[in-house]
Amino acid sequence: MLSRRGVLPGFGLSLGYTLLYLGLMVLLPLSALAYRAAGLGFGEFFRIATEHRALLAYELSFGISLLAALTNAAFGLLLAWVLVRYTFPGRKLVDAMIDLPFALPTAVAGIALTALYAPTGFLGEPLARLGIQVAYTPLGIFMALVFTGIPFVVRTVQPVLEELDASVEEAAAILGATRLQTFTRVILPGLVPAALTGFALAFARGVGEYGSVVFISGNMPLKTEIAPLLIVTKLEGYDYAGATVIACVMLGVSFLSLLAINLIQRRLVRPL
Amino acid sequence: MSAAASPPPPGQRMYHGHGTPAKTEGRLARLFLIGAALTFWALFLLAPLVIVFGSALSEGIEVYLAALADPETLSAIRLTLLASAIAVPVNLLFGLSVAWLISKYDFTGKSLLITLIDLPFSVSPVIVGLMFVLLFGARGWFAPLLEALDTHVIFAVPGIVLATLFITAPLIAREVLAVMQAQGDSEEEAALTMGASGWTIFRRITLPKVKWGVIYGVILCNARAMGEFGGVSVVSGHIRGETNTLPLHVEVLYNEYQFAAAFAVASLLAFLALLTLVLKQFVEWRAHKKLHALSMQDVPAPLSLPPTPGVSS
Repeated sequence: MLSRRGVLPGFGLSLGYTLLYLGLMVLLPLSALAYRAAGLGFGEFFRIATEHRALLAYELSFGISLLAALTNAAFGLLLAWVLVRYTFPGRKLVDAMIDLPFALPTAVAGIALTALYAPTGFLGEPLARLGIQVAYTPLGIFMALVFTGIPFVVRTVQPVLEELDASVEEAAAILGATRLQTFTRVILPGLVPAALTGFALAFARGVGEYGSVVFISGNMPLKTEIAPLLIVTKLEGYDYAGATVIACVMLGVSFLSLLAINLIQRRLVRPL
Repeated sequence: MSAAASPPPPGQRMYHGHGTPAKTEGRLARLFLIGAALTFWALFLLAPLVIVFGSALSEGIEVYLAALADPETLSAIRLTLLASAIAVPVNLLFGLSVAWLISKYDFTGKSLLITLIDLPFSVSPVIVGLMFVLLFGARGWFAPLLEALDTHVIFAVPGIVLATLFITAPLIAREVLAVMQAQGDSEEEAALTMGASGWTIFRRITLPKVKWGVIYGVILCNARAMGEFGGVSVVSGHIRGETNTLPLHVEVLYNEYQFAAAFAVASLLAFLALLTLVLKQFVEWRAHKKLHALSMQDVPAPLSLPPTPGVSS
């Protein structure tokens, strides 16, 4: 199965170590999950997977992750555009801070967003007066997922935008396109694959996100209970079978959606 | 996902709005776009950070310092440092091995291997915790063995270390691999023809070449290891003074309505995050400079800035 090419020594050692580590650290735990799920039998698996409470949790997790990733796509494009194309005071600081959601532990982000959007919070209070409650509602989950997803689209689109050939835009302008036409017909198509990658990453991250969401969501079963929290709840009740089933469904849907995005992307890239 | 180039030096290919109007946006449109982007940035990135430090000091500096000097906080700091002190070297070794294997050889199954290495990114941290419970928990695969050895993994320190190792596994590997691939291996091959051993080549040629990639990966891995929450939360059991890492201690304090103390501990982690961002900027700047100094031709930038899915969770 392994036909090697390359003249440098160390193939056996690096292959052996890599496979051993991956096998023990990644594949063994995953197979424990798969084995536990398989042991339940199809009927039992299906019954747990489609419980009312579980269905609502998937709907919440996948639905809000989708909305948050869409928001990230739009504002990620905007941020990347502004950071690459314009100069303004503090641009480097704004750029550096984009990675904050990667660097800030999610538990910290979670309590900070909750404090910000609680009915007595800095932003929560004025919003509450307008009749909008953010913390402890699905809107709060949305806010947390937008926060965790910000860097993905910005960091995938930014390098592509930097590499864009300015002469194409000039050509479009000379041929009489308005700036908006140039953007939507010339620039945007080039950015879509990168934005889609960022969108998919933000979505996948949002689906599995736990730390930044549990504080702001309020964790009410059937209302603001995300799927990862349902896993934790089931584990705390020593319901290993239940936790395993929800985990398998989540992993399955995540992999399928990443696969679908990959396929869409191949279609998008081919004609270029 | 493709490795993306790092940002160009500031000022390069910047649009200043000279030239015909249709080649760039009007002044008003530009101001509007910048305004919208900055508003979003301030609301979502700046405000949470300000709130952390503001709330930490809301009950005065004494409460702040008392929260940090609390024995449970100190024990959480120790455990967080321990988890990171294990996760970083172990994953560094793994990362170097992966990078060497993938950048130096072609073999069947290589793309499958790359997918496997990235796999931990697409698994929810909570599910990571669950998998280790299924392996090492009271009714897990290894329960009889652990019982015979009279030791515990779940609700104990080893479980925390394992969950951290899984979640941070790809971080160093990705960064080192990107740099090693970009650098090529002509020097290594030259050294080989001159009779250097594989180990010498690795130590004297490859390692110095990928130094900044390694440092970059270590910074990301360390940040994630120290900030990990979901996976660690499942396996820790929240035993105060024993199995609480810093992020878990934040949760415990917050749930006990000790808000100022929770934010005080959180401010340590926020400070760590800021330090990570500064170091990251520094490494990007150094690596960029080094690369330009090294080569006249247009070499692909070594430091990929792909979104590293979830440096923190």
